[in-house]
Amino acid sequence: MYKYLLCQRYLRTRFIALASIISVMLGVATMIVVNSVMSGFSHQMRDRIHGLLADVVVESHSLDGVTDPDMLMRMAREVSDDQIEAITPTVEVYGMLNFNFAGQWITKPVTLIGIDPVGKSKVGPLRDFLDSYNPVYEDNQVVRSSLRGPDEEPNWKLSDEAMQYRIDKIDRQQWYKEQLAALEQENPGQTDLNPANLDGVTAPESTEATPEAPAETNTLMADDPFANPFQGTAPAEVAPEDPYELAKGRLYVGIGLVSYPYRDPETGKMKLMMMAKPGDDVRVSTVTAGRPPEHAPYLATVVDVFKSGMTEYDSNLIFCNLEELQNVRGMISPESGKRAITSLHIKLKDYRKAGDVVERLKSVFPPDQFAVKTWEQKQGPLLAAVEIESAILNVLLFLIIAVAGFGILAIFYMIVVEKTRDIGILKALGASSNGVMSIFLSYGLALGVVGSGVGVVLGLLFVHYINEIEKVITYITGRKVFDETIYYFPEIPTAVHPSMVISVALGAMLIAVLASVFPARRAARLNPVVALRSE
Amino acid sequence: MADTVEMADTVTPATPHLEAVALDKSYRNNAEEVPVLRGVNLQVAKGEFLSLIGQSGSGKSTLMHLLGLLDSPDIGEIRLDGKRIDHLPAKTRDELRNRVFGFVFQFYHLLPELTLIENVIAPLMIRYSTWEYWSRRRELRDRAKEMIDQVGLSHRIKHRPNQLSGGEMQRAAIARSLVSEPQVLLADEPTGNLDVDTGKGIIELLQRLNTEHDLTILMVTHDESIAQRAQRLVRLKKGQIEKLHERAA
Repeated sequence: MYKYLLCQRYLRTRFIALASIISVMLGVATMIVVNSVMSGFSHQMRDRIHGLLADVVVESHSLDGVTDPDMLMRMAREVSDDQIEAITPTVEVYGMLNFNFAGQWITKPVTLIGIDPVGKSKVGPLRDFLDSYNPVYEDNQVVRSSLRGPDEEPNWKLSDEAMQYRIDKIDRQQWYKEQLAALEQENPGQTDLNPANLDGVTAPESTEATPEAPAETNTLMADDPFANPFQGTAPAEVAPEDPYELAKGRLYVGIGLVSYPYRDPETGKMKLMMMAKPGDDVRVSTVTAGRPPEHAPYLATVVDVFKSGMTEYDSNLIFCNLEELQNVRGMISPESGKRAITSLHIKLKDYRKAGDVVERLKSVFPPDQFAVKTWEQKQGPLLAAVEIESAILNVLLFLIIAVAGFGILAIFYMIVVEKTRDIGILKALGASSNGVMSIFLSYGLALGVVGSGVGVVLGLLFVHYINEIEKVITYITGRKVFDETIYYFPEIPTAVHPSMVISVALGAMLIAVLASVFPARRAARLNPVVALRSE
Repeated sequence: MADTVEMADTVTPATPHLEAVALDKSYRNNAEEVPVLRGVNLQVAKGEFLSLIGQSGSGKSTLMHLLGLLDSPDIGEIRLDGKRIDHLPAKTRDELRNRVFGFVFQFYHLLPELTLIENVIAPLMIRYSTWEYWSRRRELRDRAKEMIDQVGLSHRIKHRPNQLSGGEMQRAAIARSLVSEPQVLLADEPTGNLDVDTGKGIIELLQRLNTEHDLTILMVTHDESIAQRAQRLVRLKKGQIEKLHERAA
């Protein structure tokens, strides 16, 4: 009993010990905040990585693909039909994206994934990432509601808004064309300057209204012998009857490919400048599946923009319509008319059984032709990097608490020295060495409990109000701490795992107790006569 | 054990209550051995008020520490009711200190963090487990209050030691030593830090406890006039018993 009484009194009267509590507290709070934010980030990131990949992917090693998707899908279903919820064939190939923005041709390397949008949306949350299915937020206000209803299956048609944009734009182009034609009639000598002129006229206009890529010139100027040199085979395929008709190729383009962030000079806020929007036509170049592969350019309409939040995907991936990609690449067998694909995306009923399914699939898809992987295996290095990062961070942060532990040790040692006489008194009154030791051990535990308790509360409060805190810091420093255009998150994601909080708190308490063992043992070993004599 | 009894200087008919037999104790000061006690024999009868007098350095405090099991002798034995107690395991000695001996020190040695009543009750807290203490706390508190009452400090129960005067602190220390109902009270210079009048009060209190409660008291002092108030006086010099006085109370 005296142990607890004394321990409680020491706790209340030794303010120097409170200093060591503060260090424990800060350590615990920091660990909780950092862990919550890290796991929030990594959770979001996993969601996003997973979102565009399917649970399990069967890929052919060759870019030429393997014929007959129906047969391949049947093979997959045969071995693990009980586990497969949905399956969709895709063609994945590298390519280039070209589009005209502000008078310049912009070229980006891309990975083209030919998909069936309905099938793809069954194997993963495709529509969550598509711009037209999501409202647009600015400062937590909806500035544009979603363009498509949640019931609408993803498809290759333009949304009404994009269609209107396309019509307006093509009308404008038409008007220019007519104006130029008129100009040409009046002054035939000027025709030479036509392409340059066109660019010159278009460029200022695009900055004034919405930035637009006059890639359509290819189509519109198809019969113009002076049209720009990028003109390929595509224009010939486009039927000129309906001037607004979409190109045969349809794309969902990663947002990073067609936009760049800039700071609004008026408000100072970061905004995205769209270089190509849904409704614009762009050029896609890839290679044919033949041997040797040949250049295969085609014209495509951007139907939608997707934003997965993974820069790696958003600035690299383009989803396009599977059939057109197969046509362009010549992946249709001339004899049977069967089409080839390069991979199967599979969604499982229960992802925990993925390892088993992968093994079963490996038995039917020969490893010399196919690679069967779960999405985690495909993104293994990235996920491992995140895990290692958070493990290292935890070690470093735990060192902070360990430092606090040494603080406790030093302060306790001082307290033991200061309390030497009292320890002698207690021993004279019959307290055992263990009893004296447990005074200091429970004192240490009490410090740990108080420190980690306050730390947990502080940390959880910080995590709860992290976005408000971020705003305050941004306001004070005038510098955006958390830039959503960089991270793609509207706010800082956090995830608090009770097990993490408990283990951090227990760890801190353990350190506090361990730090008090040494001083407590010294106290216990004190000779009462010597202790009583000390003044 | 009985073979050394004959060596005792004074032979009392019954077994002495507390007995020191041929105690040797030296302290190591750096490499040098400093002998403090050299073959001390002492017997204290039950209910006796004995004072131990000697100059500083004569070893009187050390003798008292040895008798109270705060330290253990190099050679020799401490016997309580004829049974050797100095070689017992630490746990038992702790218990004996708690139950058999009461200590009063020159510098009072109250715990500064605790109030007067908490200080007084401390030996009982040490004696009982937390649970036992908790279930009997009323009774134990009453006992402590009774002791405080005996030393005349009932009005200062909630005060901290630093709010008490020297005499009050010493009374509190006496109350603390009595609360565990000891058989022997060991007082080390109980008046050493007090003025003459207050000191006298303390001695009177000790005398009263001795006569009224038949408490065995062993008092260490260097003050001749105070030592004279005890029933018997043992003079120590250079670690040996110099002289024994029988004196009626």
